[in-house]
Amino acid sequence: MIKQIAALHSFRGWLLSFGLLFAAIILLPVLNIFVPEESFFHIPDYMFPLLGKYLCYAMVALAVDLIWGYTGILSLGHGVFFSMGGYAMGMYLMRSIGKEGVYKSDLPDFMVFLDWKELPWYWYGFDYFSFALLIIFLLPGLFAFVFGYFAFRSRIKGVYFAIITQAMTYALMLLFFRNNTGFGGNNGLTDFKRILGYSLQEPSTKMGLFMITALVLFLSYVISRYIVKSKLGRILTAIRDVESRVMFSGYNTLHYKLFIWTISAFLCGIAGALYVPQVGIINPSEMQPTNSIEMAIWVAVGGRGTLVGALFGAGLVNVAKSWFTVAAPDYWLYFLGVLFIVVTLFFPKGFLGFFKSFSIINKVKEPANE
Amino acid sequence: MNSAEVSLKDHSIDTRHGCILYLENLTVSFDGFKALDNLNLYIDDGELRCIIGPNGAGKTTMMDVITGKTRPDEGTVFFGQNLDLLQMTEYEIAHAGIGRKFQKPTVFKNHTVYENLELALHADKDIWTSLLKRLNTDQKETIEGTLETVGLVEQKNIRAGLLAHGQTQWLEIGMLLVQDPRLLLIDEPVAGMTHQETEQTAELLSSLAGKHSVVVVEHEMDFIRSIANRVTVLHEGRVLAEGAMEDVQNDPKVIEVYLGS
Repeated sequence: MIKQIAALHSFRGWLLSFGLLFAAIILLPVLNIFVPEESFFHIPDYMFPLLGKYLCYAMVALAVDLIWGYTGILSLGHGVFFSMGGYAMGMYLMRSIGKEGVYKSDLPDFMVFLDWKELPWYWYGFDYFSFALLIIFLLPGLFAFVFGYFAFRSRIKGVYFAIITQAMTYALMLLFFRNNTGFGGNNGLTDFKRILGYSLQEPSTKMGLFMITALVLFLSYVISRYIVKSKLGRILTAIRDVESRVMFSGYNTLHYKLFIWTISAFLCGIAGALYVPQVGIINPSEMQPTNSIEMAIWVAVGGRGTLVGALFGAGLVNVAKSWFTVAAPDYWLYFLGVLFIVVTLFFPKGFLGFFKSFSIINKVKEPANE
Repeated sequence: MNSAEVSLKDHSIDTRHGCILYLENLTVSFDGFKALDNLNLYIDDGELRCIIGPNGAGKTTMMDVITGKTRPDEGTVFFGQNLDLLQMTEYEIAHAGIGRKFQKPTVFKNHTVYENLELALHADKDIWTSLLKRLNTDQKETIEGTLETVGLVEQKNIRAGLLAHGQTQWLEIGMLLVQDPRLLLIDEPVAGMTHQETEQTAELLSSLAGKHSVVVVEHEMDFIRSIANRVTVLHEGRVLAEGAMEDVQNDPKVIEVYLGS
């Protein structure tokens, strides 16, 4: 097993991966704590939640790449899984506010506002972090499994599958917008105070969350890499290319699609759970259809079917977004649209594929044709 | 993993009556057009059978029905005496021991030649095996041996999409071989092949008969003459004639609908 994992990367690949992990969980905190503020190398406190947010997005991109890039199933509904993880974490964070809310009640503020007298049954258990963690681990995957089972069993694929995932995220968004659903309506869940007793305002908590996110992203990457490098990974790409051939070779493609779809939702849910304490809010707008489309764009920009490309794409688009929405907020969506069109037309394999094509083109031997 | 156990599994097909495939009273219609019209066809165990017929005679539809891609309106399809193929899905049929080569060569173009064979290889095909197990020595030897049989040893690390047309056909045949099926359905194996390649293919398919049952659909008459013991002529979804190649060729009905045209 260890041998198999070690074989996932070349020595240089591992060096780079561990180097980045090291930079995130050791170097950046050191630069924050020990380098004086006026220095160029100082990392300010506000950077940690920001970078943490990007890392969560990168994890989402990883999840989308597994299902779209490798298996060819375009999901435009991953915002749902992200939100499920996010809401589960948010519910725990709401419960851990205790009586320090605006209304000094044991109930979350929005429930007091709605004049609810007691906690709805589906909030039970969220007083405990372990319960929230269980839900984060199980719910997005379980939901995806059931949804996927019916969709894949009916052999829904391609654009039809993409459309029903859009419909799914839209429907759930509308449901969560309603105050009566019991998740805070359009304001969502916010005003969190602490996580596991640590104040969310403290820079050290923020730094800790960032470090955990980096570690989880690293693990997700290794798991994803393990999957795509196994025979199962080759079967997934084979399903993407010619599903009928895979079936006629004796594979039950339903199981394979369901497996990777569920894993993808699982990773996405964890990303959502890590996102919420760092950003400080979760609301139904995360389930907007455009959000899920944006996730697909990250992967397309970075390069489908290359895990590194997905990570890179998520980073690139989101850094651009952060900059654009400050510098020229009205033009962000235009820019995103143009970016998507340019990438699709000129770099169908994404930026990573574009760069790779230079180095690999000479290595592939042409077959000896007669 | 014990490879003997893997290769023996799934092979419990009852052929005591000498037949491996029974197609009876098959009818398939598409919007009123009868692609198969009360077709009856029996394939003997270990036989090499050629099926010919003009375009639209129902050859490919017949293959679709056998492999579970198309469901017939009427009729029965049995693999051996015991397996009702109409109750099985595509992958179950493949797992039970029916391999198919498509008319249009269908390989995994983004995988290497070696990986193509690895995916087709007869083995446990559930998720956990695929995720956790690596090829064992026996399996590697099977793949290497097949690479030699189909003459693609040198190309084994090349992406299948880069192969020449004839080589792609051979790769697909190789994929069928490693799948180790009891029955091979082969749709136009020599389309687009050079004369020499065609001869080699004829040799290969003839050598398979006996150990496997082989059904070949083909237009190329020289090729059929070189391999076939028995030929079945399909016409408008029915069997028009069946027998040795010379008899069929001289059958006036056949000459009228097919060879004459």
